[in-house]
Amino acid sequence: MRVPVDWLGEYVTLPEGVTGEQIAADLVSVGLEEEGLHTSGVGGPLVVGRVLEMTPEEQKNGKTINWCQVDVGDANGSGEPQGIVCGAHNFAVGDLVAVILPGGSLPTPQGPLTISARKTYGHVSAGMICSVRELGIGEDHDGILVLPRLLPAEVVARLAPGDDLIGVLGLDRETVEVNVTPDRGYCFSIRGIAREYSHATGAAYTDPASLPVDRGEGEGYAVRLADEAPLEGVPGCDRYLARVVRGIDLTRTTPEWMARRLTEAGMRPIGLAVDVTNYVMLALGQPLHAFDLATLTGPVVVRRARPGERLTTLDDVDRALDPEDLLITDGGERVLALAGVMGGEDGEVIPGVTTDVLLESAHFDARSVGRTSRRHRLSSEAAKRFERGVDPDVTAAAAQLAVDLLVEHGGGSADPAVTDADQRPERPVVDLDLTLAGRYVGVDYDLQRVLEILRLIGCEVQGEAADRVVTVRPPSWRPDLTDAPGLVEEVARIDGYDKIPSVVPRAVGGRGLTHGQRARRAVATALAGQGLHEVLTYPFVGAERFDELGLDEDDPHRDAVRLANPLSDEAPLLRTALLQTLPEALRRNVSRGSRDVALFEIDSVTLPAGEALAPVPGVGEQPDEEVLAQIRSAVPAQPWHVAVMAAGQADRSGWWGRGRPVDVVDVVGWAHAVADALGVEVRREQSERASFHPGRCVDLTLADGTLVGWAGELHPTVVHRLGLPPRTSAAELELDVLVTASDHRTQASPLSTHPPATSDVALEVPRGVRFSAVEESLRAGAGELLESLELFDVYAGDQVAQDRHSLAFRMHFRAPDRTLTTQEVNAARDAAVDRAAQDHGAVQR
Amino acid sequence: MSDANSHPSPAGRPADTDEGGSPHEGSGSASAGSALSQESVEAHVGQALEAIARARDLDGLKEARLAHAGDRSPLALANRAIGGLPGQEKAAAGKLVGQARGRVSQALARRQQELEAERDERILVEEAMDLTVAPGRRPLGRRHVLTVTAERMADAMVGMGWEIAEGPQVEAEWFNFDALNFDKDHPARQMQDTFFVEPAKAGLVLRTHTSPVQARSLLERGVPLYVAVPGKTFRTDELDATHTPVFHQLEGLAIDEGLTMAHLKGTLDRLAEAMFGAGIVSRLRPAYFPFTEPSAEMDFRCFVCRGEPTAPPCRTCGGTGWIEWGGCGMVHHNVLRACGVDPERYQGFAFGMGVERTAMFRHGIADMRELIEGDVRFNAQFGMEI
Ligand SMILES: [Zn+2]
Repeated sequence: MRVPVDWLGEYVTLPEGVTGEQIAADLVSVGLEEEGLHTSGVGGPLVVGRVLEMTPEEQKNGKTINWCQVDVGDANGSGEPQGIVCGAHNFAVGDLVAVILPGGSLPTPQGPLTISARKTYGHVSAGMICSVRELGIGEDHDGILVLPRLLPAEVVARLAPGDDLIGVLGLDRETVEVNVTPDRGYCFSIRGIAREYSHATGAAYTDPASLPVDRGEGEGYAVRLADEAPLEGVPGCDRYLARVVRGIDLTRTTPEWMARRLTEAGMRPIGLAVDVTNYVMLALGQPLHAFDLATLTGPVVVRRARPGERLTTLDDVDRALDPEDLLITDGGERVLALAGVMGGEDGEVIPGVTTDVLLESAHFDARSVGRTSRRHRLSSEAAKRFERGVDPDVTAAAAQLAVDLLVEHGGGSADPAVTDADQRPERPVVDLDLTLAGRYVGVDYDLQRVLEILRLIGCEVQGEAADRVVTVRPPSWRPDLTDAPGLVEEVARIDGYDKIPSVVPRAVGGRGLTHGQRARRAVATALAGQGLHEVLTYPFVGAERFDELGLDEDDPHRDAVRLANPLSDEAPLLRTALLQTLPEALRRNVSRGSRDVALFEIDSVTLPAGEALAPVPGVGEQPDEEVLAQIRSAVPAQPWHVAVMAAGQADRSGWWGRGRPVDVVDVVGWAHAVADALGVEVRREQSERASFHPGRCVDLTLADGTLVGWAGELHPTVVHRLGLPPRTSAAELELDVLVTASDHRTQASPLSTHPPATSDVALEVPRGVRFSAVEESLRAGAGELLESLELFDVYAGDQVAQDRHSLAFRMHFRAPDRTLTTQEVNAARDAAVDRAAQDHGAVQR
Repeated sequence: MSDANSHPSPAGRPADTDEGGSPHEGSGSASAGSALSQESVEAHVGQALEAIARARDLDGLKEARLAHAGDRSPLALANRAIGGLPGQEKAAAGKLVGQARGRVSQALARRQQELEAERDERILVEEAMDLTVAPGRRPLGRRHVLTVTAERMADAMVGMGWEIAEGPQVEAEWFNFDALNFDKDHPARQMQDTFFVEPAKAGLVLRTHTSPVQARSLLERGVPLYVAVPGKTFRTDELDATHTPVFHQLEGLAIDEGLTMAHLKGTLDRLAEAMFGAGIVSRLRPAYFPFTEPSAEMDFRCFVCRGEPTAPPCRTCGGTGWIEWGGCGMVHHNVLRACGVDPERYQGFAFGMGVERTAMFRHGIADMRELIEGDVRFNAQFGMEI
């Protein structure tokens, strides 16, 4: 809401010389946040100048400039004429002009331009003779501003060279823009803002709605409120006031002061009828509508739309109406307007044609207007106000003000009769325990002060401080005040939030982070410690990504939750795996010159819950258990995942030597690091997964076979389609599985201090046998003395048969209670080899 | 590159002197013609000591040892010759040769030590590496500044005795709106710029704030309740320097007997201090949110100018002395009722602020996009604890 300061000052007494900035700060203290401050942008000295001499000088570029001597009185400090170069020719010696002197500033699209004396066309030009465009007060391109052509003669008569022009031209005017929260419809008016300013500062407030209102004589224009389908039991219109003004000339221009205020408030002056209704709406917050009386054939009937009805609204859109839409109709048939939202072409007031006007000042139900406005995606100044609540008691005053303005500026006369179809319900009351304010806010309010504040904001209060519990009827312009905490808020707000002390509450005492929360931190820290960078990618994907990743048509990962209103039609789905959105981040890094990139992300993914719908039972009441269960079960499962993706070098090249490209072993290692960080033992099983190289992918599982995730090198085709660097490798794990598996207390085993014994074996096995299988056999065969073993070499070549290879294992033996003898070690080793021979046909070399 | 010659000497290196010289030098001459004469023995010793002193390295010393202390060396031969001497001369000759051999072996040992020390020193010099160029064989990765910031905020809440709760990103419309007193027809519900899940009747949205976890926590944990909720949230904003459709919030909810707005302010003050430093307080301004009443916007004191006027005006806060942080208020009775809590007995407060905003101010990040893009150069500016 834009608030021209001089308009505000008409309804509330502003301190002498108050700035827009100060007003904005005061309004912030009662909850009207500053959105901006609009000024002319012209900074003085800007003074009256009289042209004493002008010498045309032709320039080399063919242009003629005027070298002028201008009398600016004492404004330049010397009293001497000011030499100024001027390119315009629409003035003459003796003219009064606007001169900006060095040190002044003018608004430009690039920001303020500070004027200084500068050398140009062979002269030192000490200032500028301004045009209306340069001053931002008009669009006239035809040269400079000659003051008598703009200002009234009586004003010009008082001007002398050197006089300040900032005030005379209205360039000191300021407009404060504030953000109005959706509960404060009444602050979409200068009336409401002025009241709030008064609350903030104590300044005297004069209600512009308290003006003499004609009560009317005789029968007015017929109006029928005929809402047969109120929404949630509330009639769509509970008050419709109609006034008639006849014989007006709507071709007359809107008075300059009104046009300026409208402009400053952000509305374009259009024509007298519209301007007056807009002006009254801005002043009092009551949207008005003017109909051409001559086009009306019957009574005004307010009713809901019928199936199949249509209306072409003033924005030229033909709309199919919904039975919930509330309409203004001519005689109940012809549709004139969507009530409180926008008028139609029928009944429109046309300057030069319309002479008699029917003025509508009505109160429409917020819910009804809001739904119609949203249904038709039709936002208007009227709808914005009704939707947030309009004062139902300001209707008559608003109509009166509009009638008065139309008569004053358009001629004509108002019919004595006034129609006021008034079905306003009685405003509800709230029982308030006055001590609640203190108990709720934490300030020890005096109960008398609480009463005082309630009355200040317009509440009628029955009872006194001694009663403790009083009955409060909030003012007509505050439909948002419906309960005791709402009244407490008013007390706190008016008394000042700055009075609230700071007290750290003594919480009941928590148990710290959960295991899952700590586990996620540990995993992230472990991966970062391994050289991976954490990223947070957007979860939005398109089905095309599933194709790029090579997912089969029936791959469950394709089953994704779809957004009804995605930011981009290319990405309407929510990812079902983190690997679906990591490629962009990797590619972006590579394209920005970071070639060696290892990324990880930890987040939840979304797995659809099926066809179940979540009920939406409404506000203020706890749904029963069954409904709550339905709501919960309709929410998709969103398990936590962790994914990594890497390309480039794992070990970097440098002065220390050659680097090593990242490969699938690194990624499997990182996947392991995640499990190790949580102390969970995982097994590996060679697997084939969509998106991955068919021979370079491994599943990780828990000991009981539960799948944790997989790691591998991406399929070359996938790498190519996604534009990733060659050999990009990746892994994705279900973090929740690991978190659950790790949620137990590890029990420590005692360490043996006896020396270890090491024994190496080389086993020839068929190539199809997995390393892990051989390893498992060796472990099983070696028994308890085997502490650890590792595969340290794989040999294939001349020395072994073509379909076999040789695996070299180093086995470490140790006993808890003694130093092992060579015989014991050899026996354990032989047992291990025997087992491998038995299981896999392994032959010791 | 540093000068290899500047490599410092290892401590305890023997001084480079001529100590190897004979203490008996110039002490008369032995009788010529006899292998066991004092003169000849002295001459052998002299030759030996000279050869030992001349040895430039351990191999040279080995040769000298062989020649002058080996089995066939003159002194060894002289020693063997003692056996052939008359009985009364044996003792004197034995003493003479024994002393001579002792002197030679002492010199050998001394020289051996010297040369070994020289060798060790040379090896250290040869092995020197210039380590002044940063290593980077396997650079450390980093956590993302947003997750670390959210963790720091959560830790501050845990420090006040609160617990950390979480909830789903795809959320039931009822939890996101109705449970929080956002009426279906209230403009505030439309102002949330919500992503809806298809089909429209699914009753699901991407949560527009972390506040639905308020309702979930109240229903699941009951009261009294002190929980903070960090998490990802969504609004249909296009990404630009100050907006992102996917962002993070930290929510706080405390419901107990006797909690007031003063407790809200105290909690925010403590959190502001934890994030922005000692003495940084919060400020409340009247506002409107459907799920709180009274409601407030909260600011924190600009940690750069601390509210003192500066010229030109402080760039961090634009000269206002305060920086907007989020929204808060006393939990609306309708929220408590929707969650089965008796508003006549329990009351409390809730707040929510942007993690992005907190991180941007803490670290002077000017462009929101840097938080989103996943550029590793951005991460690398920060440590693991910020
Ligand atoms: Zn500042």
